[in-house]
Amino acid sequence: MHWRNLGGRLKKTLRSIWMPFAAIPIALLIGAVVLFLAGYDPLKAYAAMWQGAFKDTTAITEVLIKATPLIFIGAGLAVAFRCSIWNIGAEGQFYAGAVAATATGIYLGGLPSFVLMPLVLVMGITGGALWGMLAAFLKNRFGANEVVTTIMLNYIAIYITGYLVTGPMIETKGLFPQTPRISENAWLPRFLLPTRLHIGFIIAVLLALALYILLFKTSRGYTIRAVGTNAEAARYAGINVKSNILLAMAISGGAAGLGGAVEVSAISYRLYQLISPGYGFDGIAVSLLVGNNPLGVIFSGILFGALRSGSEVMQMSAKVPSVLVFMIQGLVVLSVVAFGVYRAVSMEREE
Amino acid sequence: MEECTSENANQAYILRMENICKSFPGGVQANRNITLEVRPGEIHCLLGENGAGKTVLMSILYGLYKPDSGTIYFKGKKLDIHSTKDAIENRIGMVHQHFMLVPTLTVAENVVLGQYQPWKVLNDMDKVHQRIRTMSDEFGLDVDPSKVVQDLSVGEQQRVEILKALYHGADLLILDEPTAVLTPQESEHLLKFLRDLANRGLTIIFITHKLEEVMQVSDRVTVLRDGRVVGTVNTRDTNPRELARMMVGREVLMELKKAKTEPGKVIFSVRNLRVKDARGLEVVRGVSFEVREREVLGIAGVSGNGQTELALALAGLIESDFDEMRLDGQLITKRDLQRLNRLGMAHIPEDRQKMGLILPFSVAENFVLKTYRDEPFARRGFLQFDTIREYTRSQVSKFSIRVGDIEEEIAHLSGGNQQKVVVARELDRQPRFLLVNQPTRGIDIGATEFVRQQILVERDAGAAILLISADLEEIFALSDRILVMFEGRFMGEVPPDPALVEQVGLMMAGKTVQTSG
Amino acid sequence: MELVPAILFLQSILAATWRMATPILYAAVGEVFSERAGVLNIGLEGIMLIGAFAAYSTAYETGSLLLGLVAAIISGLLSGLLFAVFTVTVKANQIVVGAAFNMIGMGITGFLYRAFYAESGKILSLKTFLPVDIPVLSSIPFFGEVFFRHNLMVYATLILVPLASFILYRTAFGLSISAVGEHPKAADTVGINVLRTRYVSILIGTSLAAIGGAFLVLAYADQFVEGIVTGRGFIALAVVVFGGWSPWGAMGTSLLFGVFYALQLRIQAMPDVLIPYQFLQALPYFATLLVLVGLTKRRVRAPKALGIPY
Repeated sequence: MHWRNLGGRLKKTLRSIWMPFAAIPIALLIGAVVLFLAGYDPLKAYAAMWQGAFKDTTAITEVLIKATPLIFIGAGLAVAFRCSIWNIGAEGQFYAGAVAATATGIYLGGLPSFVLMPLVLVMGITGGALWGMLAAFLKNRFGANEVVTTIMLNYIAIYITGYLVTGPMIETKGLFPQTPRISENAWLPRFLLPTRLHIGFIIAVLLALALYILLFKTSRGYTIRAVGTNAEAARYAGINVKSNILLAMAISGGAAGLGGAVEVSAISYRLYQLISPGYGFDGIAVSLLVGNNPLGVIFSGILFGALRSGSEVMQMSAKVPSVLVFMIQGLVVLSVVAFGVYRAVSMEREE
Repeated sequence: MEECTSENANQAYILRMENICKSFPGGVQANRNITLEVRPGEIHCLLGENGAGKTVLMSILYGLYKPDSGTIYFKGKKLDIHSTKDAIENRIGMVHQHFMLVPTLTVAENVVLGQYQPWKVLNDMDKVHQRIRTMSDEFGLDVDPSKVVQDLSVGEQQRVEILKALYHGADLLILDEPTAVLTPQESEHLLKFLRDLANRGLTIIFITHKLEEVMQVSDRVTVLRDGRVVGTVNTRDTNPRELARMMVGREVLMELKKAKTEPGKVIFSVRNLRVKDARGLEVVRGVSFEVREREVLGIAGVSGNGQTELALALAGLIESDFDEMRLDGQLITKRDLQRLNRLGMAHIPEDRQKMGLILPFSVAENFVLKTYRDEPFARRGFLQFDTIREYTRSQVSKFSIRVGDIEEEIAHLSGGNQQKVVVARELDRQPRFLLVNQPTRGIDIGATEFVRQQILVERDAGAAILLISADLEEIFALSDRILVMFEGRFMGEVPPDPALVEQVGLMMAGKTVQTSG
Repeated sequence: MELVPAILFLQSILAATWRMATPILYAAVGEVFSERAGVLNIGLEGIMLIGAFAAYSTAYETGSLLLGLVAAIISGLLSGLLFAVFTVTVKANQIVVGAAFNMIGMGITGFLYRAFYAESGKILSLKTFLPVDIPVLSSIPFFGEVFFRHNLMVYATLILVPLASFILYRTAFGLSISAVGEHPKAADTVGINVLRTRYVSILIGTSLAAIGGAFLVLAYADQFVEGIVTGRGFIALAVVVFGGWSPWGAMGTSLLFGVFYALQLRIQAMPDVLIPYQFLQALPYFATLLVLVGLTKRRVRAPKALGIPY
C-alpha cells in the first residue's frame, strides 16, 4: 500500500509536522483570550497578522528572511537535541559566527568575491563550531552541565561582541557602536528584486536538508542518535560517546555560526551589538516544535518567521503590540510538551 | 474463628506470612503461595538462587510491594501494610542490598529523615546524636552520627542502615544479602553482631545464597525455589548437602538435542583476570580459563559474585587487569580489548534493554547496531536501507521473531522477541568466540527454548562459547564444562552430569568441593 | 589617583552593590530551594518579568506599594504552580518548560505594558520605596552611606538569607528537600512525598523570583520597562552554582557579582579607564564556568537528581 511505501522515516517527518498544526490553534486561542481581556479584537489582530505575513510577494519574502536565522539555528539544535545535549548556547554560537564572519569580511576584504564570500561563511561556521565545542569539551572533561555552561558562554560571547564593536572594530571612534561595513565582495546576492530575499535563505534550506540527511540517512547520523538515545548501548556497539558529543556540538554551533555569518553578509553587512534579538532561544522552540527533525525545522522556521513578520504588521495596522508573539511562541512550546506526553501515554495504551 | 487459631499459632510465631502470591506484568510469578513462619528471637534464613522470590517476599513485608493475595500476621495481629512507613511503624526494619541513604547528609540526618513533620525544627539533634552514640556503643556498631554518609565505607554505611532500623524500634529486622558488599572480616563481624542481636530478643530474617552463613548463624532456614517454598528446617538438623539439594532441585530438564562434539583448539584464554567494581573493590579475583572451539564453557553462580564484571571486562567495556589473554592464538593487549567489540567478539549482554538494544529505535536499526557502519549496510557513509530491510526480514523469518513492522520501535516487542533480535544479531556474525550472559532472563518459554537451541547450533558450527548464567538448568543443558563462580573466584569445575547438581549447588553457595580433576 | 576621590568612588560602588545584588539575591535564594529539590528552573527571567509587571500595574492602579508586592507574590505562586505541573506531574523536560516560560514572560509583560501603559500619555512613575536612613548609623562616614541608607526590600534580604538557611539546614522540611534532590528513592522509602516536596520548593523559588522582579520596579527603578530584568534571571542561575547551592553562598556571590555590576556601570562613563567594561560584565559568567570546571574536585556539587523527573 502507498502509505507503507513512503518509508518509515518520511512518515515520522510528516508526523512531526502535524504537531505544530495542532499546538498552534491552542496557543492562538489563549492568545486570543489575552487580547480580548486587554481590550483588543482578536480576530482583527490575527487577520492583520495573517495579512502582514502573506498578503503579497514582498511580505512573503520578509517571512522567509526572518525564517532564515531560525532555520539555521533550529536545524543545528535538532542535531544537538537528538544527541541529548541541551544546547541553550545557540545565541552565543550565532554571535561567535557573526564576529568571525565580520572580521574576515573586513580585514580580508580585498579578496575577490568568489573566494571571499564562501570564506566568510566558512569562518562563520568555524567560529560557531569552536564556541559550541568549548561547552562539549567542558562536559566531557569535567562533567560540567551543558545547560549552565552554554548559558554562561552566551553572555561571554555577547559581551565580547560588545567590546569589539565599541572598541577595536568600531567604525568611527566615539560614534555608533558598530563595525564598518564588510567588503562588498562578501555580500550575499539577493534575488527576486526588489525584495530583500537573499541566497542565505537557500543556504539555510540546503543546510537543513543536509542535516536531515546526515541524521537519518548516514551512519554518522545513526551514531549521533544512538548516543543521544542510549549512551550505554552506544558504547556496547563500539561507539566513542565523548567524541560524538564533541561532533554534535560542533555541528550545532557551526550551524548557528553560519546563521550569524549569513545575517551579517546578507542583511546588516556589519556587526553591531544586538545582531540577534534572541534567535538562539527561538531556535529552541523551532526545533522542539517538530520533534527535533531538521526537515521539519524548515517549516517551523517559516512558521515562526511568519509569526514574527506578521506581528510587526499587526502592530502597525491593528495597533497590537508585536511582543505578544513571544507569548504565543512559549505557549506553542508548552502545548507541544503537553501533547508529547499525551502521545507517549496514548501510544502505550494502543499496543 | 480464623482469628483465634491464628492467634494461637502466633504464640509460637512472631511472623506468619500466609499464602502470599505475587506476579509481575510480563507473567513472572515471583511468589507462588508462599507461607513463611518465623519464631520470635530467632535468626531465620531465606535461602535460594536468583529469582527464587526471596527479595520480593521481604519487599512485600516491608511495604514496597502489595501482594496479589495472602495475609500477613505480625505479633498475633493481621497486618495491612501499604507503605514502608506502615512497616516501620509496626516495628519492621529492612536493610536493603542497595542502601537507602542520602549520601550528602550525615548519619544522624539520615536516621531522622522522614520521621518528623515538615515544620519541625531540628533543635534536638544533639539528643539524636546522643541516642545514636548510645545505641552504637550498646550494639557494638561503631557508628559516628556526625559523619557524612558519602565519607563512610560500604561496611560502615551498612551499619548505619542497621542502626537506622534499630533506632526506629524494629522488633523484626530483615537483611537482604548483606554480606554481598562486605569483606570477609566485615562479614564475620556482621554475623556475630546478628547473633548478639537475636540473643537480645530481636527477630532476624536473613536473605542469602551462601550456605556458610546459613550454617554459621541461623536457627532455622526456609528454602525457596522458583517462587515456592521447598521446605523449612532447623539448621542443626540439616547439612549443606541437603540444603543445596533443596535449593537447586534434582530435576534438570534436558530436552535439548545436544550433539556430542569434540572440542578443538583453544580459541580464547585468559590468565589471572582481575576486575574492580565501581567502588574499587576487587570483584573478580584472578580467574583463569580457556574456551575451545565447539565447546560451551558454562559459568554457574548466583548473580553478584563477579559475573557481571567478568563479562563487561571481557567485552572491553570496563577496565581490567590480566597476565595474558589470547584470542584465536593472538595476544590481546588491554587496548585491543576495547576494540574487540568491533573486531568481532559477539556479546549477548546481561541487560538487553539497557545495553543490548536501543529501545526507541526500530527493529531494523537494532539489527544493525554493530554493523551499520560497514558494508553492505553502509556505503560511503550512507545507510543502505533496502539492504538493511532485506537483511532484517530474512533474519526475522529465520529466527521466527514475532514482529509486526520492522520499522516500528523495538520497545513494542515482547521480552522474548527482543532477546531473539539480540541473539540473532550476535550469532549472525559467525563469531569465533561468543560471550553470553544470562541469555534467557525474563523471557517466555518458547523464546527460551529457541535461544538455547541457537547457542548449541553455534557451538556445533565451531564457535567457542562462554556462557554465564544463574539458571542452573540452563548451565547443565548447554555446557560441556562447568565452572562455578563464587565471590570472584572459581570454586571448581565439573562436567555437566546431572548427578553433580548438588555439588554445584554447594559450590555456588560457597562450599569448596574436592575436585577429582 | 588622589585619596579622597578614590574613597568616594569606592563608597559609591559599594553603596550601589547591595542594591544591585538584591533582585538577583531574591531569585537565587529561591532557585536554591528549587535546585536542591532536584528541579532546574531556567525560566526565572520570565517569572521575574511577570512578577515585576504584576507589582507595577497593581501598585500603579491602587497606589499601594504593598499591594504591588502582594500581587507579585501571587503571580510567582501561579507561575510556579504551572511550572510544577509541567515538570513534576507531566514530567516534561525541565529545560524546555523553562525556556517556554521565558518566552511567555517576555511576551505577556511586553504586550500588557504596551497595551496599557506605554505611550498612553500617563505619568508612569511610581512613588517607590524610598531609602530608609537608619538613625545614627547612617551618619557614620563611608560605612553609613554603604550600609545604612537602603530601602526596606534591600534590608529584607538580611532576614531572607538567614531564614532560608534556617529552613534548609535546621528543619525537617529542609532535610526532605536535600533528600529529594539527592536520592529521591531513599526519600520515598522513608515516607517523604517526593512530588509534593518538589512542588513546594518550586513555589518558593518562583515566588522569591517574582519578589526580585518586583524589587526592580518598586525600589530600584520607579517604573516598568520592557525587559527590565535584563538577564538577571540567568545570572541567578550562575549565582546558585557559584554559591554552592546555599543561601549564604548566594548572598556572598550576589554581592560579589553586584560589585562587578556597579563597577562596569561606572566605568562605562569613564572612557579613559583601560579595562573595557564588558570585561567586568563578562566576569561573573566566566567565574561560574571556572567553578563548574572545578566542581569535579570539590565536595560541593549539584544535587544528584537535578533535572531528572521522578
